[in-house]
Amino acid sequence: MNASAAHASSRERDGSDLAHVERSTRTSHAALVTGLVLVALAATLPAWAPAEVASSWMRELVEIACYFIFAMMWNLLAGYGGMVSIGQQAFFGIGGYVMLALGNFAGVNAFVAVPLGALAAAAVAVPVSFIAFRLAGGYFAIGTWVIADVFRLSVANVSAVGGGSGTSLTALRGIEKATRETATFWMALACVIASIAFVYLFLRSKNGLALLAIRDNEVAAESQGIDVRGMKLAVYVVAAFGCGLAGALYFVGNLRISPDAAFSVNWTAFAIFMVVIGGIGRIEGPIVGVLIFWALNKLFSDYGTWYLLGLGGLAIVVTIFFKQGLWGWAQQRFGWSVFSTQRRLRL
Amino acid sequence: MSLLEILLQGLLLGGLYALFALGQSLLFGVMRLTNTAQGDFIVLAAFAAIAGLAALGPLLPAGRAAPFVVGALLLPISFGFGYALQRWVLNGTLGRDPLPSLVVTFGLSIVIQNLLLEVFSADPRSIETEGLNTASVALPGGLAAGVLPVGIFAVAVAATAVLQWLFARTAVGRSFRAVSDDKEIAELMGLDARKVYALATAIAFVPIAVAGVLQAMRTTVSPADGPVLLLFAFEAVIMGGMGSFWGTLAGALLLGVTQQIGFRLDPGWGIWFGHIVFLALLVVRPQGLFPKTRS
Repeated sequence: MNASAAHASSRERDGSDLAHVERSTRTSHAALVTGLVLVALAATLPAWAPAEVASSWMRELVEIACYFIFAMMWNLLAGYGGMVSIGQQAFFGIGGYVMLALGNFAGVNAFVAVPLGALAAAAVAVPVSFIAFRLAGGYFAIGTWVIADVFRLSVANVSAVGGGSGTSLTALRGIEKATRETATFWMALACVIASIAFVYLFLRSKNGLALLAIRDNEVAAESQGIDVRGMKLAVYVVAAFGCGLAGALYFVGNLRISPDAAFSVNWTAFAIFMVVIGGIGRIEGPIVGVLIFWALNKLFSDYGTWYLLGLGGLAIVVTIFFKQGLWGWAQQRFGWSVFSTQRRLRL
Repeated sequence: MSLLEILLQGLLLGGLYALFALGQSLLFGVMRLTNTAQGDFIVLAAFAAIAGLAALGPLLPAGRAAPFVVGALLLPISFGFGYALQRWVLNGTLGRDPLPSLVVTFGLSIVIQNLLLEVFSADPRSIETEGLNTASVALPGGLAAGVLPVGIFAVAVAATAVLQWLFARTAVGRSFRAVSDDKEIAELMGLDARKVYALATAIAFVPIAVAGVLQAMRTTVSPADGPVLLLFAFEAVIMGGMGSFWGTLAGALLLGVTQQIGFRLDPGWGIWFGHIVFLALLVVRPQGLFPKTRS
């Protein structure tokens, strides 16, 4: 009797008699509004902030945007696709170098070259996957690192792009500094929004559901008719595209590239730390992670090595004591969900 | 430089790589653990030896024996360190999901690198061997080989033999193989898997310490060296095949020879050439040269 009474009252509260599938929450609506306000504020930054402040803020935000897009892609790959890679810097570097080569040697507008660099990274990911997919689990992680090192060493031996010491992006020379910085900033902002929207909509789609099924149990997913291999390849290529995009953007903002910077394992290291600290396998993870990363960077970057030491230590502590990351912990504790990819059956 | 000489130098280099790789091979074999801090632990051992030499200087015998005394002192410390690391940190990260152990060892890698950078600065350092690292012996056929590399090679072969014997012929090795094959059944038979894992990591840290000391004697070490050593160790293990220490030695020797050939062709492409042969072998023979365990 108690159970049916509770049932009836919950129906009254919902105002509906039928069981329905809930796909968004009140928090997720509130977050959408807050997000839109923040984007509007950021996009108009050059208009309302004093010139020097805007310039330094924009440079910083472009850098953070690149870290964020990279972390978002690593989260998609490892958190949803189950492919823990330590070699995503390969695609970051390829994106950067292809953008630079197209801009410097082919006369392509550097901003147009950014998505082309990302496309090149995605194209390279296809043959690379044939080798990388031979390995699984931890072996995959270090195997992808070896592949990234091959790209680093290869580029370091190409004298046209300055070999090991790198080169500068000369394609943007004619453009005024303020214009260049604003354009880069807007492009970075657009890329951040696009990558969040893409990952969100993808995970809510039928394919996203298939990906979640693969993450939870590969064999069971395959037995339900999901093309596991095809799905993994698709995620790998998309993640490569995103990392390539981050790389191309970063070096449009930075103007100077070298193999050690472009193919540095630190890109992946930071992405792993951000995602793990924020919460892997959830869209909010990299967002929370990048905010913590940014805050720590602001507060402690003067301490150089101690800052990195603390970041590594924090990742270890979170992995051992908060397996779901800080956001996952908060979500369990308070029931928050900003990007609702769940389907919740309400009776 | 003759082909024979390249081969000899490559094999000697491979001996050192085998010492980098043996610990990783044991961890792979017993608990499928990918230790991404493998290279950093080797570098840490090297710096521990350098610091030990400086601290114990007056107490040590003069001459060429000093590094070996410090190295011998380092072995039990490294053993205990490995045991504690596995027992109280890494055991909690093992499971079907490889992510936690990868993140924790990767975090350790960053922590070790920056700790060493803070304490010892970025300068490359080495252990003073009083000429041992440049001494060489003449071999028949007009070849010459360094005394130290030949010694390292001998140590590598001996370490491989000991580990293989331990793994295949002793009660400890039987417990390793048991938890590797089926952890649950092994625990039903009365083994405490967490202690077995801790013992395996403790043993794996012995070749790590040996490798660190010998690396610092042969050449220089700097805090950022770890990742490269990890990649070499990993390539040797995968090329050799899982679960076989002789396979790991073979993989390491192959890597050494390949890199040496690459270096002769062009100094900029030596490591690249090693990577490429590794990846090619992965495509042609993903199970490695001499696999022993099911993956």
